[in-house]
Amino acid sequence: MKKLLSLILALALVLTATAAMAEITVGIVNNPPSESGYREANVKDFESVFTTDNGYVAKTFYSLKNDEQLAAAQQFITDGVDYLLISAAETTGWDAVLQSAQENGIKVFLFDRMIDCDESLYEAAVVSDMAKEGETAVNWLLGLGLDEYKVIHIQGAMGSDAQLGRTGALDAQFEAGTMVKVAQQTATWDENEAKNIVLSVINSGEDFNVIYAENDGMARGAVAALDENGITHGVNGKVVVMGFDCNKWALRELLAGNWNYDGQCSPFQAKVISDMIQTLENGGTLESKLVISEEKGFDAATLTEDDVATYGLGE
Amino acid sequence: MSDIKKKGSIQWSKYAQLIVPAVAILLIIVFNLIRDPSFFSVEITQNNDGNNVLSGNLVSIFNGASELAVLAMGMTLVTAACGGQDISVGALAAIAGSVFVKVLKSGASISIGTIILGFIACCAVAVIFGTFNGTLVSVFRIQPMIATLVLYTCGRSVAYWINGGATPTVSSPLITALGGFIPGIPVPTPILIVIVVAVLFSLLFRFTSLGIYTQSVGINQRAARLNGINTVFIKLLTFMILGACCAVAGVIAVSRLSLINHETLLLEIEMDAILAVAIGGNALSGGKFRLSGSIIGAYAIQALTTTLYAMKVPSTDIKAYKAVVIILIVVIGSPVVKQKLSALWQKLSPGKAVA
Repeated sequence: MKKLLSLILALALVLTATAAMAEITVGIVNNPPSESGYREANVKDFESVFTTDNGYVAKTFYSLKNDEQLAAAQQFITDGVDYLLISAAETTGWDAVLQSAQENGIKVFLFDRMIDCDESLYEAAVVSDMAKEGETAVNWLLGLGLDEYKVIHIQGAMGSDAQLGRTGALDAQFEAGTMVKVAQQTATWDENEAKNIVLSVINSGEDFNVIYAENDGMARGAVAALDENGITHGVNGKVVVMGFDCNKWALRELLAGNWNYDGQCSPFQAKVISDMIQTLENGGTLESKLVISEEKGFDAATLTEDDVATYGLGE
Repeated sequence: MSDIKKKGSIQWSKYAQLIVPAVAILLIIVFNLIRDPSFFSVEITQNNDGNNVLSGNLVSIFNGASELAVLAMGMTLVTAACGGQDISVGALAAIAGSVFVKVLKSGASISIGTIILGFIACCAVAVIFGTFNGTLVSVFRIQPMIATLVLYTCGRSVAYWINGGATPTVSSPLITALGGFIPGIPVPTPILIVIVVAVLFSLLFRFTSLGIYTQSVGINQRAARLNGINTVFIKLLTFMILGACCAVAGVIAVSRLSLINHETLLLEIEMDAILAVAIGGNALSGGKFRLSGSIIGAYAIQALTTTLYAMKVPSTDIKAYKAVVIILIVVIGSPVVKQKLSALWQKLSPGKAVA
């Protein structure tokens, strides 16, 4: 009887082990969807790709705090996941955890954000090139061929990747003298603050013809200030309005001709990572350690309804 | 307020509390007049909707401080009754704003009816949360700042759950009018809302004993109780009123841009609201209070911010400059300095008489 029982138990163990092997367990450490429209789309993207239908068991953890993320990653390692996918809250402090993952044979992918660590600690990083995103936008602006560029520049939270990338390209133009800096202020992603900044410029009586806001919400705030003071904007207006993120509502403003440009840093990285995991599972090797997501920029003149549906974030 | 009518110096001391906020706002005005006299110019411009509206820094100040002024009024009451402050007002306004947006979005179209319904709904939710804060403070006697820390921490997450989505938007000319200008009226609607709230408060004090009750609870809780005042209820009531103020502030903030960003909506406004109460000459330890002081305090804070923007001070540095000015105002208004000053005054007065 005892023998029979142990046999059954052993059999059950083997069965569950094989059953588990058929599926790939991934631990996903990300920032919470409430952070921004970008993050919301990012989290949804991963949830839609790493499903049981696609042969994955996904464990997720979301936090804005690096230490909580580190603890969660460590827990995933203890749980014995096959792959660890990380979008870190901060770029530093990850060496120990990544090393521990390597020792346990867990392969690591970075997405959205880089981590300051040795290349050997991860398989590949799928990230956005924020600097390129800013350049794309500024090149579009230069392409308009305006007689003069008097720019109100509204920045995001200082020091964030998005702010640094989106500011860099424009700062280069200010330094080169091709564009004039009428005002450069951070609104820390706050829509109403952006409105106050533009109001203060209007009240001072200074002339300007470009608003370069580092996200959609702040562009909306800026436009509200223009509307209140009877300043025209958009495709046939006096002031060129530029935003970032491509929320659906913002793209509709473009369609209506109220804004001119919206740039996007792509939140869709899950498919790329999933493909790489499949390559590794099938015994292949990865071509490159660094994959840069394609950045987009939409012009009000060429934007279509389809683009809004495909690339717009949120509702 | 139900002050006892007295003459002469007593009448004067009734307004003595307003000296500090008045001096603060006067300093900002004089500073601006020297820096750039055109700072205060107000013009009539035609906005993009074709209405003639007032514009200029002065309008920006009064308009921009609306949420702060409303919150400062509620905060004054809580401060007076409980001798402590509610630090969750920003988070609660975000929750109220989210509820407002939720109701607006649930209907097929936005009419005046849905706006009223939305306001009632968000007001009810905010008052419930206010009651929660108030219960912790009055029944369980938890220090207000600690009690409201709960909502301060989790409030913005709650706001997120209500709508999902990072920045839900609503679009309707009615909402634009609520947060901007009603066609035909050149004054921004938020300013009108502040006036309505202030009138409601003054009616409340005129026709009920809330003012004097709040004051007595704040000055000496035991004595108030022995005199038959239900101190628990009064404290609870002040938190409920503050909840309603949060709802009003949330609705104004949402309507301005027809959008709610629960992470940034009225972020850190609690600190400014507490400051407005302090600048208004109200003792943060409770007791006597004047709402008008807090309102002036709110406008002084906004005037300071607008001035710094006009001077092109980098917005990252604005907080530091504000801190310096605030330290000055609070120190000048502190009892120690006041005592020293009045002693100095008395020493000088007879000297003058002799000379």
